[in-house]
Amino acid sequence: MKDLFRGQLVRLTMEEPEFLAKHQARWQRDSEFHRLASSRPAEMFSAKKIQQRGDELVENDFKPERYPFSIRALDGDRPIGFLNLWLNLIHSEVWLGIGIGERAFWGKGYGTDALKLGLQYAFMELGAQRVSLGVSEYNPRALRAYEKVGFRLEGRTRRDALREGKRYDSLWMGILREEWIQTSEV
Amino acid sequence: MEKLMSDIATQLFEGQDIRFGPIDYDKDPEIEAKWTHDAGFMRLYDVEPARPMSAAMVKKQYEKLEKRIEEEKNLHHFMIRAKADDRLIGKALIARIEWANGNCTFRIGIGSAEDRRKGYGAQALKMLLRFAFAELNMFRVYADAQEYNEGALALLRKFGFVEEIRRRQALERDGRRWDLITCGLLKDEWLNQASGQSDAS
Repeated sequence: MKDLFRGQLVRLTMEEPEFLAKHQARWQRDSEFHRLASSRPAEMFSAKKIQQRGDELVENDFKPERYPFSIRALDGDRPIGFLNLWLNLIHSEVWLGIGIGERAFWGKGYGTDALKLGLQYAFMELGAQRVSLGVSEYNPRALRAYEKVGFRLEGRTRRDALREGKRYDSLWMGILREEWIQTSEV
Repeated sequence: MEKLMSDIATQLFEGQDIRFGPIDYDKDPEIEAKWTHDAGFMRLYDVEPARPMSAAMVKKQYEKLEKRIEEEKNLHHFMIRAKADDRLIGKALIARIEWANGNCTFRIGIGSAEDRRKGYGAQALKMLLRFAFAELNMFRVYADAQEYNEGALALLRKFGFVEEIRRRQALERDGRRWDLITCGLLKDEWLNQASGQSDAS
């Protein structure tokens, strides 16, 4: 069987809360990172608060719906971002969220490699029938990465994000199990 | 065309045959519990598994909902009552309000079969849209409907909603997969179609 957690450029991990909180506290100071990852207002939390959330994860997050991962670059083995999967158990749908917090790793295929691992995990481990995600139209780099790993555009919610006084669409994408199987070397 | 946004004396919660009101903890749980025993209704109203509930369970849900409204500040909930005899006929919910972006979703349910196909849903939607655009000052409003929910999709189209997303095979019911459709309406579109909305009730 293949290694679910290891790709060409990255591996999926779960970090210790204290260690991860330090990195996240640093990443969230980059408002561009936040805006690319979400259309909601940028937030800032202390490392202590972030760690508290991580501790809560340890306490009560062995739930079968949430699968949070950290992404480490194989080169240097340092954490560069996160990949979160949410499984809807009833309808076998997985929602995917990803962010590369280390700017030095943007645009070099690390995110794409992590996405491949995310899809493989969703379809091969969680039994998903489809994987879904949303992305803002002002993030074409992410859009290209999602297209590259097989996501298809399923619609756009018109003008639903307001940034710097300008309205942007959100794009919604999905990939079905059979589409993924056809394009990947299982 | 009736006055839409110019008159602060306009009663937001009074429709032609229906009104919006608060939860009545003494009477409503028993009535809503009956609705949950109608699997057909529940499968149109929600994508969560249909399950029959007791009045005690419904009451507990009301309490949780009111707590969330108070704490999260991104929800509004109304009971829909018939003006003629004040009986409970349905419920309306505005949820997932994003204040910074000015958008929210909503849901309307007319609970018992004898109250359906009488235009109450359209009246409730008209009131709910007015509340969302003219009171909450939303920029856009959206709703999800299952591909098999033809009544909801027809009503949304009638009010000018545009089909924006078709999430392929997002639902599993009766041993097959169904699409989930998201429809959106912008404030400008709502204003332009206001006369059409008057006809709808």
